[in-house]
Amino acid sequence: MAARALGWLAVLALIAGLGAAFGYAPREVVQGNVRRIMCLLLPGVLTALLAFAVVFVGRVGYVLTEGQVWDRLALAAAEPGVLFTGITIVSGSIWGKPTWGTWWTWDARLTSTAVLFLVYVGYLLLRGMVDDPDRRARVAAVVGILGAANIPIVHFSVKWWRALHQPSTILGPEPSPIAAPIAATLLVNWIAFTLLFAYLLAARMQIARLEDTHAG
Amino acid sequence: MIAAGPVPARGPTAPLPASDFMIQAGRLRKTYGPATVLEDVSLELGAGQGVTLLGANGAGKTTLLRIFATLLRPTSGSLRIAGVDAVREPEAVRRAIGMVGHGSWVYEELTALENLRFWAGMGGHDASRERLRDALEQVELGGSAGRRARTFSAGMKRRLALARVLLGRARLLLLDEPFTGLDRAGRKWLGEFLLAFKARGGALVVATHSFDAGVGVADRIAILSGGRIVLDRDAAQLGHEDLRRLYDELAMGPGSAA
Amino acid sequence: MSGYVRRAWMVAWKDVLSERRSKESLNALVFFSLLLLFVFQFALGPERTRVEAALPGLLWLAFILSGLLAFGRAFLIERENDCWEGLVLSPGDKSAIYLGKLAGNLLVMLVVEVVLLVLFAVFFALDFTPALPALAAVLALGTLGLAAVGTLFGAITAQVRAREVLLPVLLLPAVVPVLLASVSATQTALSGQPLAEAAQWLKLLAAADLVYLVVGVLTFEFVLEG
Repeated sequence: MAARALGWLAVLALIAGLGAAFGYAPREVVQGNVRRIMCLLLPGVLTALLAFAVVFVGRVGYVLTEGQVWDRLALAAAEPGVLFTGITIVSGSIWGKPTWGTWWTWDARLTSTAVLFLVYVGYLLLRGMVDDPDRRARVAAVVGILGAANIPIVHFSVKWWRALHQPSTILGPEPSPIAAPIAATLLVNWIAFTLLFAYLLAARMQIARLEDTHAG
Repeated sequence: MIAAGPVPARGPTAPLPASDFMIQAGRLRKTYGPATVLEDVSLELGAGQGVTLLGANGAGKTTLLRIFATLLRPTSGSLRIAGVDAVREPEAVRRAIGMVGHGSWVYEELTALENLRFWAGMGGHDASRERLRDALEQVELGGSAGRRARTFSAGMKRRLALARVLLGRARLLLLDEPFTGLDRAGRKWLGEFLLAFKARGGALVVATHSFDAGVGVADRIAILSGGRIVLDRDAAQLGHEDLRRLYDELAMGPGSAA
Repeated sequence: MSGYVRRAWMVAWKDVLSERRSKESLNALVFFSLLLLFVFQFALGPERTRVEAALPGLLWLAFILSGLLAFGRAFLIERENDCWEGLVLSPGDKSAIYLGKLAGNLLVMLVVEVVLLVLFAVFFALDFTPALPALAAVLALGTLGLAAVGTLFGAITAQVRAREVLLPVLLLPAVVPVLLASVSATQTALSGQPLAEAAQWLKLLAAADLVYLVVGVLTFEFVLEG
């Protein structure tokens, strides 16, 4: 029931967020309407990172306690994580087309995210191929942990490899040059995405628990 | 805990104090998804005792054996080996277990001697050449010490596996179809070997579908059928003929799975 | 020799001995390297400059592809005769087995890399000798990273149904940083610049290697258990 409430809350927040993005935030001078896609992009990235952090927590939790609940947590987070990463990449692509003229560039942020995406798709593929639930959870845990530990390494290696993306406006050390209304929009969207993630997480966990008890 | 030092041979009917149990399995269950391979299996085995698991192929003998070996975890149920919870702490009991499974753990490209040297090293045992050669002599592979295992017959690989077990200090021996691939003399040899092992205080679980050889080394017989133990009796209490009849009925009848 | 080191040594000894006698993997890998050379040549066309320009990338492409084969095979030997069981049941910290396998894999990769360098030098009329020490350093760090992850994932996929596909799918995204860093550093080495120019890449490689090794050592026993 809590999941249901979360779900509705997420929908409301999403509506508010989208409304804010397209109605409330002013048109950015240079990049026009496309800037509004940014409002999806950044929260998407942050939520994706959150998702993978949760996967990592779930993995370590499983390794430490071998409780099935941790494994379910990791699985439940990985799928929305992949989803959000996908959203991030697609919206990044949409944003990129008018700005840079191409659907895809090998810029640092996008490439890193794409690599992350591939890692977690591989993770899900692996899960699909192991039948024994014990072994599946263990092995997935290992891959997940390596994947998570790799995130900073991937980030730096890709960043150095390619200096195309504009300097990070949120995560950089300089003060954020984002105007207030846009910041508010971003915030609302971020909250919406996080709520959506939490809802998907809870729902997926429920399904996973049912799957396990049914099979076991 | 089992007392250190030489343990006097125990008769199959002597009552055993609790600390002498090598295996205490309670209501073991193993499922793979919707398929149940073992159901409600309980078994107790004391030091110096041997139990033979009889049953048709697919009855669950190998699965049970692998659970005893801590290679598999039961879906539910309890298992204590030498008093230690083997499900929670498999590492603690592994030193005491010797196993000859379906595969013989033989590396094809290594010689018999090198194979032994490897497993002795992995087990942390003294692996001097003399000891290794001695073990090979005992399983009558002394002449083949320098030959690559690739050239060995199945029976020879089995014997190599037994030599490996000899080098260890196992207190519980788990053997899966150990008589297959052995000729008459080989079976006789193995039977004597196992009896000597029991006499030294070791405990034995032999899983086999080969009736005659299996019964010879057993103090107890357990018949597995369809994942359940349908008979668990002292060997002495049953005459050979009765046992055979029961076996055919119980194991080969409704229990003979795919 | 402590028990841990001894066990790691025994695993490496066993693998090297087996491989030296059967020569299965090594032969296949060396032949594969030769084939790759031809494939690269045909893919890039006859202009030598194109090959020279792409050289660092080609080298590491070849190493990674060979690595995929090598790491995939490393645990197959354990599947014969159920030796895997024996490893699981052997007492003590299982990460010793990981390190032993890693050592074996590193040795195989080293041989393959030397062969590839020789083949490249011969077939494309290249001279690596001035760059050798720098190249060796990059190769060492990069191969360590590849092998650390490859050994771990090789163990995971050895027991999985579609292992030939799954190993690349898992390994390639994971070694992207190693690839990026190694190619850049190799570029520096081959262009005759002092290795200090590539210092940040080497540091990244070293850090990555450390992370992968730690993860491998800590998690290997989970992979081994059946």
